[in-house]
Amino acid sequence: MYVYDEYDQRIIEDRVKQFRDQTRRYLAGELSEEEFRPLRLQNGLYVQRFAPMLRVAVPYGQLTSRQARMMAKIARDYDKGYAHISTRQNVQFNWPALEDIPDILEELATVQMHAIQTSGNCLRNVTTDQFAGVAADELIDSRPWCEIVRQWTTFHPEFAYLPRKFKIAINGSTSDRAAIEVHDIGLEPVLNEAGDLGFRVLVGGGLGRTPVIGAFINEFLPWQDLLSYLEAILRVYNRYGRRDNKYKARIKILVKALTPEVFAERVEAEMVHLRGGSNTLTEAEVQRIAKHFVDPDYKALPDFGAELAELDKQHPGFARWRTRNTLAHKKPGYVAVTLSLKPTGVAPGDVTDKQWDAIADMADRYSFGQLRTSHEQNIILADVEENRLFAMWGELRENGFATPNIGLLTDMICCPGGDFCSLANAKSIPIAESIQRRFEDLDYLFDIGELDLNISGCMNACGHHHVGHIGILGVDKKGAEFYQVSLGGSASRDASLGKILGPSFAQDAMPDVIEKLIDVYVEKRNEDERFIDTYQRIGIDPFKERVYAANH
Amino acid sequence: MQRIIKNNQVIDETWHLLPKETTFDEISNCDDLIVPLVMWREHGHALKARDGGLGVWLDSDEEAEELGEDVVHFQVIALNFPAFTDGRSYSNARLLRDRYGYKGELRAIGDVLRDQLFYLHRCGFDAFAIRADKDPYEALEGLKDFSVTYQSSTDEPMPLFRRR
Repeated sequence: MYVYDEYDQRIIEDRVKQFRDQTRRYLAGELSEEEFRPLRLQNGLYVQRFAPMLRVAVPYGQLTSRQARMMAKIARDYDKGYAHISTRQNVQFNWPALEDIPDILEELATVQMHAIQTSGNCLRNVTTDQFAGVAADELIDSRPWCEIVRQWTTFHPEFAYLPRKFKIAINGSTSDRAAIEVHDIGLEPVLNEAGDLGFRVLVGGGLGRTPVIGAFINEFLPWQDLLSYLEAILRVYNRYGRRDNKYKARIKILVKALTPEVFAERVEAEMVHLRGGSNTLTEAEVQRIAKHFVDPDYKALPDFGAELAELDKQHPGFARWRTRNTLAHKKPGYVAVTLSLKPTGVAPGDVTDKQWDAIADMADRYSFGQLRTSHEQNIILADVEENRLFAMWGELRENGFATPNIGLLTDMICCPGGDFCSLANAKSIPIAESIQRRFEDLDYLFDIGELDLNISGCMNACGHHHVGHIGILGVDKKGAEFYQVSLGGSASRDASLGKILGPSFAQDAMPDVIEKLIDVYVEKRNEDERFIDTYQRIGIDPFKERVYAANH
Repeated sequence: MQRIIKNNQVIDETWHLLPKETTFDEISNCDDLIVPLVMWREHGHALKARDGGLGVWLDSDEEAEELGEDVVHFQVIALNFPAFTDGRSYSNARLLRDRYGYKGELRAIGDVLRDQLFYLHRCGFDAFAIRADKDPYEALEGLKDFSVTYQSSTDEPMPLFRRR
């Protein structure tokens, strides 16, 4: 975990002072609504349906137990006792009062946290794989690179007023758990023939109204040039991205208009001037940052396979949970544990203040005092000893985190939707809940296997519906809330966008629709095929026929 | 008379900013003028031969490259912000300073407000024509928003990682 030095600390304290004064001037009428809006957005503050929403940054999903306790405190003291994990690994508070925001920021600053650039048309929070640093398939630890990029993005003077928001994701593993292909910039490590580290650079991916899988414009960027190259991309975008229509302002539209080849040439033309300049990263700086992410004090542990197999036999529930909610670790004897925030009946990603405290305590006792948030809206304790898993499972059950559904149908990604968000066309949380209820039977759920079901309450796509194996989008149909279903999306390596199944459905039809889709899959699947594999083999028609058959 | 911020002080404005539609025949010989880019393109030679001071202004959709090496001819270059959320002039400013070596006054005009001054200054602006309905003395405070910065920029060519 990166620890602030006096410079980092001063920057966020200066921000608190600045925002306190901006809020004061706004409340005094010295700043108009229009003048204040971009300022508050760049500090994560939305004006929502019922109250402001404050989005607190969790840079690349890393938290300490101390910071988790601060989430509990803010939920308790300034909100209604809960907070929400967003699909960008951030934490959202839905009920703070505008007047309290400066005080909340001041409290956050005491634990090296802030809300900087979590919204607005600027460089947003950098995201990565929630298993960075512990995954068995890791090429590099992406976290030091995320921190280097975080510092570069923080209050970048040239790029604070971009045409539109800008999201960067970094992957460090063979699998892509960071969904880099649907980001404005995606980075992943690559070694050249000499064994030197570089990055493959993708631009122009994104969801929203016009979903696009990005294009790789550089197959080997030497790591030293990382910041110069980001600066070059952002300068081209800042100057030439469209500003006349906010729906055409993302970099994906510019890349498409120019073609990725021409865009790459423009970036290279900038690089001619920037290459070798003062932004060139140094070994010393990478080392300075990387030393914050060295392995914790792992023990040399024996293999617990036999003991765990025995426990599995005695406790089928434990076995089930272990299959779904733990992931192989690079260090023998350790596993990464995912706490499911998707039990039926709870809005996906919501965590109460008591749960935050419980998570913090468990992080201290089981996982070196650290935790992570994931873009799938769950929490991870990444360094748990296998021989303590059984005890931990008991505690997780008591606290409501042991639903064994990670990666399964009921582990849905879901935006806050029309219950909270003023942009939404339709509610999303009740849809999630009605589907969860339909698939509550664990044997059935396990039999269906891995399936990403993503729900967005509007076409801004915060619930990533385009890249769900099954995607659900809330739409407005003559003032009523309807739901459009798409199939075949994927955010993993070789990402793809879902295809729309057909006309939209009423809310109460949704569990039946999903069940019919699942029936088709169960009937047609070959052994070991996941839903997405079957879909890719048989296409959309069999699903379409089944779902719409009853309507004729 | 309009007042502007220059080098951290509020001073009286002495330059005349000419709108885009001004024709060359209308302009005086002796006044200090900030002319639109199109006039510079068409009458560059004649403008250089005038007795008064010469400046030029670029709108946010005009490119620093149009001036390029010509920057040496100007005492003032003004970059317009049609809205403070239009960030293109930040990049133009950096190009004029860092790429073309412009050393004269670089002035922000248009929707120029206190809460953007810190970033503007970092990108090389040293003069600010604060929007007429706002108090320039109050706006001066905006230059002090941060005491540390991470990135290299025009005001600080070394990023923090080379200084910390």
